[in-house]
Amino acid sequence: MSILEVRDLTVTFPGGIEAVRGVSYDVDRGEVLGIVGESGSGKSVTSLAVMGLLPPGAVVSGSAKLHGRELLGMDEDEQIKVRGKSISMIFQDPLSAFTPVYSIGDQIAEAVRVHQKMGKDKAAKRAVELLDLVGIPNPDLRAKSFPHEFSGGMRQRAMIAMAIANDPDLLICDEPTTALDVTIQAQVLEVLMTAQRETGAGIVMITHDLGVIAGMADRVLVMYAGRPVEQGPVDDIYYRPRMPYTMGLLASIPRVDGEEGPLVPIEGSPPSPAALPPGCPFAPRCPMKVDMCDDEEPPLTAFGAGRHVACIRSHEIEHKGLTGADVFPVPVIPPSDVVRVPRAERATVLELDDMIRHYPLMKGAVFKRRVGTVFAVDGISFDIAEGETLALVGESGCGKTTTLQQIMQLQPPQGGRVVVLGKDSAKLDKSERKGLRGDLQIVFQDPMAALDPRMPVGDIIAEPLRAHGRKDASARVAELLELVGLAPEHAERYPNQFSGGQRQRIGIARALALEPKLLVLDEPVSALDVSIQAGVINLLEELKNRLGLSYLFVAHDLAVVRHLADRVAVMYLGRIAEIGTVENVYDHPAHPYTQALLSAIPLPDPERERTRKRILLEGDLPSPADPPSGCRFRTRCPKFAVLSEAERRRCVDEEPSVARLANVVDHGAACHYAEEVEVITASDNQEEE
Amino acid sequence: MRSKVVLRRLFRNKQARYGISALVLLILLAYVGPFIGPYDWTDKDFLAFMSAPGSDHWWGTGAIGQDMYAVTLRGMQKSIVIGLLVALIATGLAAIVGSFAGYFGGWVDKVLMWGVDLLLVLPSFLIIAIISPRLKGGSWLWFVVLLAAFSWMITSRVVRSMTLSLREREYVLAAAYMGIPRWKIIFRHIVPNLSSLLIIDATLNVSLAIIGEAALSFFGFGVQPPDVSLGTLIAEGSRNATGYPWLFVFPAGLLVLLVLSINLIGDGLRDALDPGSNS
Repeated sequence: MSILEVRDLTVTFPGGIEAVRGVSYDVDRGEVLGIVGESGSGKSVTSLAVMGLLPPGAVVSGSAKLHGRELLGMDEDEQIKVRGKSISMIFQDPLSAFTPVYSIGDQIAEAVRVHQKMGKDKAAKRAVELLDLVGIPNPDLRAKSFPHEFSGGMRQRAMIAMAIANDPDLLICDEPTTALDVTIQAQVLEVLMTAQRETGAGIVMITHDLGVIAGMADRVLVMYAGRPVEQGPVDDIYYRPRMPYTMGLLASIPRVDGEEGPLVPIEGSPPSPAALPPGCPFAPRCPMKVDMCDDEEPPLTAFGAGRHVACIRSHEIEHKGLTGADVFPVPVIPPSDVVRVPRAERATVLELDDMIRHYPLMKGAVFKRRVGTVFAVDGISFDIAEGETLALVGESGCGKTTTLQQIMQLQPPQGGRVVVLGKDSAKLDKSERKGLRGDLQIVFQDPMAALDPRMPVGDIIAEPLRAHGRKDASARVAELLELVGLAPEHAERYPNQFSGGQRQRIGIARALALEPKLLVLDEPVSALDVSIQAGVINLLEELKNRLGLSYLFVAHDLAVVRHLADRVAVMYLGRIAEIGTVENVYDHPAHPYTQALLSAIPLPDPERERTRKRILLEGDLPSPADPPSGCRFRTRCPKFAVLSEAERRRCVDEEPSVARLANVVDHGAACHYAEEVEVITASDNQEEE
Repeated sequence: MRSKVVLRRLFRNKQARYGISALVLLILLAYVGPFIGPYDWTDKDFLAFMSAPGSDHWWGTGAIGQDMYAVTLRGMQKSIVIGLLVALIATGLAAIVGSFAGYFGGWVDKVLMWGVDLLLVLPSFLIIAIISPRLKGGSWLWFVVLLAAFSWMITSRVVRSMTLSLREREYVLAAAYMGIPRWKIIFRHIVPNLSSLLIIDATLNVSLAIIGEAALSFFGFGVQPPDVSLGTLIAEGSRNATGYPWLFVFPAGLLVLLVLSINLIGDGLRDALDPGSNS
């Protein structure tokens, strides 16, 4: 018996924008249905329509039945009784989902009292129970805290507590872990599974992360341009996709267990819902397109047991056993000449030596006094050789961005040294600094924020050229636009006329304008959709090889890092925990933090994901204003927990520095008891064996 | 490239085209119109006091027989210049002071905002009253400077607070990392992104300056009789607006047309500068 039955749901926004165009699905008790799709595919709008939370003006048609009761068109009073009681929703951003002026406990108690007759005391007690259930330490004390006193992960747990307060039949999770770090994401997903076991609810899991879905979902619905294009059991979708879009999506994700080499991008970008192409909406991007695809939109038809596919060539795909890599053209990236020279003989383009950046913590409105120090970056050292990519990874708050800014500013650091292309930043005069800026450029994370919205693209790209006194800007601009795969005519358009991926290409073109030697990439693909991301990663790889660039690549996505980087440095609380070549660090991580980080990344592989062994970290990142003594990671370290009392002393008293591991050339870890372990492929079964 | 693109978008914009042609016509009327009329603005027709518009006096006559057509156009010449200049100076000053204070922060911010607050608390009317006798006999352009000097402070505070948030944008950071000097970043990246606010402020300032000038003239500062401005004409005419409407309707109508055309240009310019608009 299914809890929720959605049939032919359509949502139209004013102006004839068809955001959802006929979605049907069922959710059974205890089942997890994953809805995947890129931004703008209508996956969130679908569930908002079910909840009755769409803005006025949106026209909804079709049917959504909860236990046989029609939800669409239900009047407001009835809807309120259903919302939060039978269906709960967990939102992406837990900070805006809580009212900042009430304590967390009060807000959960309120959710209980709205739907159940219960005294205030009892409701408050229930709130504490729920917080305990979702794994919040000291729940009776924490219930009195306000939302801003919780970290992101704790807030999302509290959100889950609130959602399950009334034993709902259905939980709708809209990108519940997108805003969280990987280790926290692993914790929250674990809590979500616990919550489901406790309530037996069905879950609709909306996300763009195919890894998360692989581990959680029983069935998957893939959406494109407002319509489901493929639906079926999770294993079928992942191992035997029969619609080119699904195939391309799966082939384009960088995998942490994958090998190096170019990714498979899907060309183009999703159509605007206001201007859909005739016929199949995916046809313009589809490598398997035939003329018939433009005639009419293929309906979602049954295909084998419990599967539905919307593609006229699905039987052919089945018959020939095609995969994404067969269908989509794999770009050929020319190899780099520079890397043929051994690393030790190449020039060093960037060297950081024990660099320190502390911020004073001030208090008081009129008379400011210093009450402490934020140890944002506390002595890190690394170097980048010519033609090399070093990735700096770590969770938010570990000091990645501060490190970047310190390098980009080219000012003397508070402590240590920053040497760019052989020049010490502390000894630069004004003209030298300006000259050096031409060799050191940056690509920002958010392509929307990094381009001046009021400047035509041509001016944006020409800006660094003019700043450094180049007169022949327009020819160079055209050349750069072509280099990053855009047309020279685009120079007169404004940034908002481009899609996210194209905007990031413009950002890259601007950074390349002065032919820099070192490019700093600050999370360059994390704001992009998966299918677009692959194209940008390939472009970066190609540019590096063609132009002999070196990259300092800052990211939190370890899968992307594996594809792009040669070496990787893992940061934790302002220090480097582990550093070495990608192969060494990923395949034989030696620091317990790296191990936890790698094991927390979900793989887009349902079978592996189910049996995989996870190293779950306890708690949150400590405040960088008050780091633990000795080893900074010891408060969360799974290894510390199993050490003997005498061994622990050393972790508490002595701060480990990065030590080279024996018998490997390029691999070091800052752990007193470093020990190489394989974690990406580790499974529960292996351990039993 | 930006100026080329913006200009092209401006001329493609219908509103802006109407606004520009209206303003050009008004300026032509103000400066060429007097040569066409039969009377000079200093002429007095002692045979026609307060006579209604007719074939002889196109827009009627005033209390001492001035030809309203000639007088109104003479007033408009002055008012167009005063309005546009005051708006340009006041808004420009607000943009510069506000964005420099916001972008540089620290002591620059403290000093500039201290000055702004000081000007805000000083009663501007009093200051103008004290200073203007000393400027008697000087050019009336001084008067423009005075008017402008007291009408930019609130806008500059708004500009400063908007700059504080713009300063943190990545494209501003990107420009700094390219090695572009800070004053250039302000004019290239910060001020254009405030243009919607600044254009609205400037168009409002035009009409405020024309009306404000009349109020000051009424108290004996600014444009002094026998010289006239649109403001003084409206102030005088409004007293007899019901009995002798032509004394009021023509100057007031021209003021409305002037402000309207400037508003149209402002809207068009805002759309031309704003890439989000689909014009």
